[in-house]
Amino acid sequence: MTYLYFPGCSLKSTGRAYEESVLEVSRALSMPLTELEDWNCCGATAYMSISELKAFALSARNFALAERQAGNGEVDMVVPCAACYLGLNKAKRYLNEHPEIRSKVDEALHAAGLEYKGSIRLRHPLDVFVNDIGLKNIAELAVKPLEGMRVACYYGCQILRPYADFDDAHEPTTMEKLMQALGAETVDWPLKTRCCGGSLIGTVPEVGLRLSYILLKEAKRRGADVLATACPLCQFNLECYQDKMKDMFGENIGLPVVYFTQLMGKAFGLPDNRLGLQRVFVPLVSPKRAKAEVGGVHVSE
Amino acid sequence: MSANRISPNGPPKVGVYICHCGINIAGKVNIAETVEFAGKLPFVTVAREYKFMCSDPGQDLIQQDIRDGKVNRVVVASCSPLMHEGTFRRAMSKADGNPFLFQMANIREHVSWVTSAKEPATVKAKALIAAAVRRVTLHQPLERKSVPVKPDVLIVGGGISGIQAALTLADSGKKVFLVEREPTIGGHMAKFDKTFPTLDCAACILTPKMSSVRAHPNITLWTYSEVIGVEGYVGNFKVKVKRKPRYVIEELCVGCLECIEACIYKKGRVDDEFNVGLSKRKPIYIPFPQATPLVAIIDKESCLEFKHNRCKKFCVDSCERKAIDLNQKEEIKEIDVGAIILATGFKTFDAKRISRYGYRKYPNVYSSLEIERMVNASGPTGGEVKLKDGNAPKAVGIVHCVGSRDNKTNRYCSRVCCMYSLKLAHLIKERTGAEVYNFYIDMRTPGKGYEEFYERLLEENVHFIRGRVAEVTDWAMTPQEEGRLIIRAEDTLVGTVRRIPVDMVVLSVGLEAQPDADDVRRLFNISCSAEGWFLERHPKLAPVSTFTEGVFLAGACQGPKDIPDCVAQAGAAAAEAMALIDRGHVELEPNTAFIVEELCSGCKTCIAMCPYSAISFVTEKKTAAINGALCKGCGTCVAACPSGALQQNLFTDEQIFDEIKGVLTYV
Repeated sequence: MTYLYFPGCSLKSTGRAYEESVLEVSRALSMPLTELEDWNCCGATAYMSISELKAFALSARNFALAERQAGNGEVDMVVPCAACYLGLNKAKRYLNEHPEIRSKVDEALHAAGLEYKGSIRLRHPLDVFVNDIGLKNIAELAVKPLEGMRVACYYGCQILRPYADFDDAHEPTTMEKLMQALGAETVDWPLKTRCCGGSLIGTVPEVGLRLSYILLKEAKRRGADVLATACPLCQFNLECYQDKMKDMFGENIGLPVVYFTQLMGKAFGLPDNRLGLQRVFVPLVSPKRAKAEVGGVHVSE
Repeated sequence: MSANRISPNGPPKVGVYICHCGINIAGKVNIAETVEFAGKLPFVTVAREYKFMCSDPGQDLIQQDIRDGKVNRVVVASCSPLMHEGTFRRAMSKADGNPFLFQMANIREHVSWVTSAKEPATVKAKALIAAAVRRVTLHQPLERKSVPVKPDVLIVGGGISGIQAALTLADSGKKVFLVEREPTIGGHMAKFDKTFPTLDCAACILTPKMSSVRAHPNITLWTYSEVIGVEGYVGNFKVKVKRKPRYVIEELCVGCLECIEACIYKKGRVDDEFNVGLSKRKPIYIPFPQATPLVAIIDKESCLEFKHNRCKKFCVDSCERKAIDLNQKEEIKEIDVGAIILATGFKTFDAKRISRYGYRKYPNVYSSLEIERMVNASGPTGGEVKLKDGNAPKAVGIVHCVGSRDNKTNRYCSRVCCMYSLKLAHLIKERTGAEVYNFYIDMRTPGKGYEEFYERLLEENVHFIRGRVAEVTDWAMTPQEEGRLIIRAEDTLVGTVRRIPVDMVVLSVGLEAQPDADDVRRLFNISCSAEGWFLERHPKLAPVSTFTEGVFLAGACQGPKDIPDCVAQAGAAAAEAMALIDRGHVELEPNTAFIVEELCSGCKTCIAMCPYSAISFVTEKKTAAINGALCKGCGTCVAACPSGALQQNLFTDEQIFDEIKGVLTYV
């Protein structure tokens, strides 16, 4: 079994901290990730909304490269970015289920001297860590358990919808189990797969910001010290716009928003600067600090 | 010419009759071209077309040609033999033709309905007709055997459908075996408080029927029993029934409850199945006060004596009639019946499968079946509708279509949920005065008095919000929502997302096939739809028959239905069974296997293969022999025979190969 790492554009830019922490944590778990060579755009949102076929072809090129790089063995492509994970997953399913799309894509790949055999498996690191490595092995590495830290696990809308490959689409628990294995407490909250606002923060900010604010507000009301995400866009929206939310809703949320992999690294005792934690706007306070204040104002949907 | 092509009624003269089936076939197949083609095939003396071959004038065409001596074998190119093979065979018999010198070419289901263009449809129709013509020239005249029918009937399932069918048959003088796997009959209906739309008390109308079943001299009631084997064929089924041990002797127990009182466990400790887990029962119990038979049962899984072998067995001592027998063994009964009615019912959809509705996550989210028990006066709360904290709810939301009309779970409409949701809404409002909100996709209330009941609810100020519920959550956005359950749904009439805070949520779960429907289907050799419902022979014209002669369906095992429909269908199934039994005999299809003794090597391979035990070994001749009355014509032995000694009427190698050649030669 080979794990090939597909970064996608975000993990090389705004989501740098996600890449840094995923790679560090994988190394600590003795499953170092090899980056897919010569990868290209996953084909996500922008392409998909203009030309599906081109989006599928972009995805398929990555699949073909991965199969080639892996040789003959089975290959698991590890995709941390939620948008890439969904886009690639969609492409893989369409290529499997629609021969007319497959033949066109095959033709395009052929022109580039490539071939997609169809053996690729797409995995989110959350799935790989919990289901391949196992909670027991992870817990053993947690030399600095996250005791006293209350985590709101946030999955976002993409990694389990519409393809609920490794957990329930609406009530997932994988990340909670992981955080508990690391010694943290998890917050029971019903918004863990609700939309963060996505691109609306850039296009219709009054709607997008409210969606983000609803999530942060509710997490805080339920006593979370930190919100853990699995998606670079969610992390960006939820953390970097907190000052704008303050202007809009008159409240300073001040809730740290980090990648779940950063919390893993923290529990493994890895230094902050190797986990990208020096890049955050809302600093992650030590787990032992006083509990967050529960309560606060309501906001309309 | 093969020697087989000459039969007692002379060399083959084949008549080919091509049916338009209105435009069902004629709209896709070029009929004129096909008739011309058929007329030129070898042995064909007559080729005709007609708008509806199955009609009387259509059948007359065939009969006239036979009587005129123009035709002695017939091919009808029309629909599936399942539909009209019988019709045309009867037509031939009436004209003194042998009905087995007949072959159907299915150019409707296999051609016109599944082909998009006219040209390939015509090509395929021609190929199938050519095949049928070649085949029919090799057919032999055959005779049907008449076999007497056993007079008794087996009914599987003791819900309202099984009960109704059993009473109808028993009242007509037929002996009925009613087999129920639970400790009591009554099924789902026994759990309900009221029935829609009349609000009749379910127990008041059901329990008299239950006790009639118990008392009826013509009914043998076996509860806590399961059918484990079915052999034979229409009119002559041999059935094995396993009577599971209830550790209480049914003939001695009078249901006095002393043993239950005496049990070492002072309180119930196992989820009570009858109250769908809303209360606890003891290991020795009677499911409910009107259980039929009113006989105690010991649940081996939870009984201390069975688990650890060291109970003081107060129950045994407490029974003056010495009815408790901890050494009771299971019993296998063998019965002979002429007809079988399956009335095995349904199960309700497991609401946990839709995680966003919060079932089993939020304590005050209930399934509709749980609320049925809660509103029932003899239920776990004595008919009081209350929250887990004991208070009455001030607002209740009823979510329709949970596990129905949903691509992710079940696509079909469960038919009963709109009406039972209305009933529950009425009862909840009546008991608590709470505001009741129904969240529906469409209100489906077709039925006598159903729409009127809906209107009544509207007048009772029950709220109706059109929109499938997105989620049930405890995420409060306003102080008023704090601590309550919030139902989020798009109100598609207003065009906005609504949040309705309530205290209790009722999930109106759909109906699903029983989880073991597939095993039951195999046991009785019938078919299931993709959803697991037992398949009727024809959705409109044979709704209680199955593709296995002598096996009939009643109630929700065939598809979701309400009580009136179940009862009606049970009556129909009983009438069908009665018609079969009163006829007194069945004609067996002659498509049985036969043996060419000279070829049989006596290897006995076929004997073990035969599912009907129709093959025996003749020691003197060292060959196998087939009992024609037992053979069902399944063909298993024919395929298994290594020396080709076994052949099957209407399916000889020669007939099948010639049929294939007919297709291939043409294409």
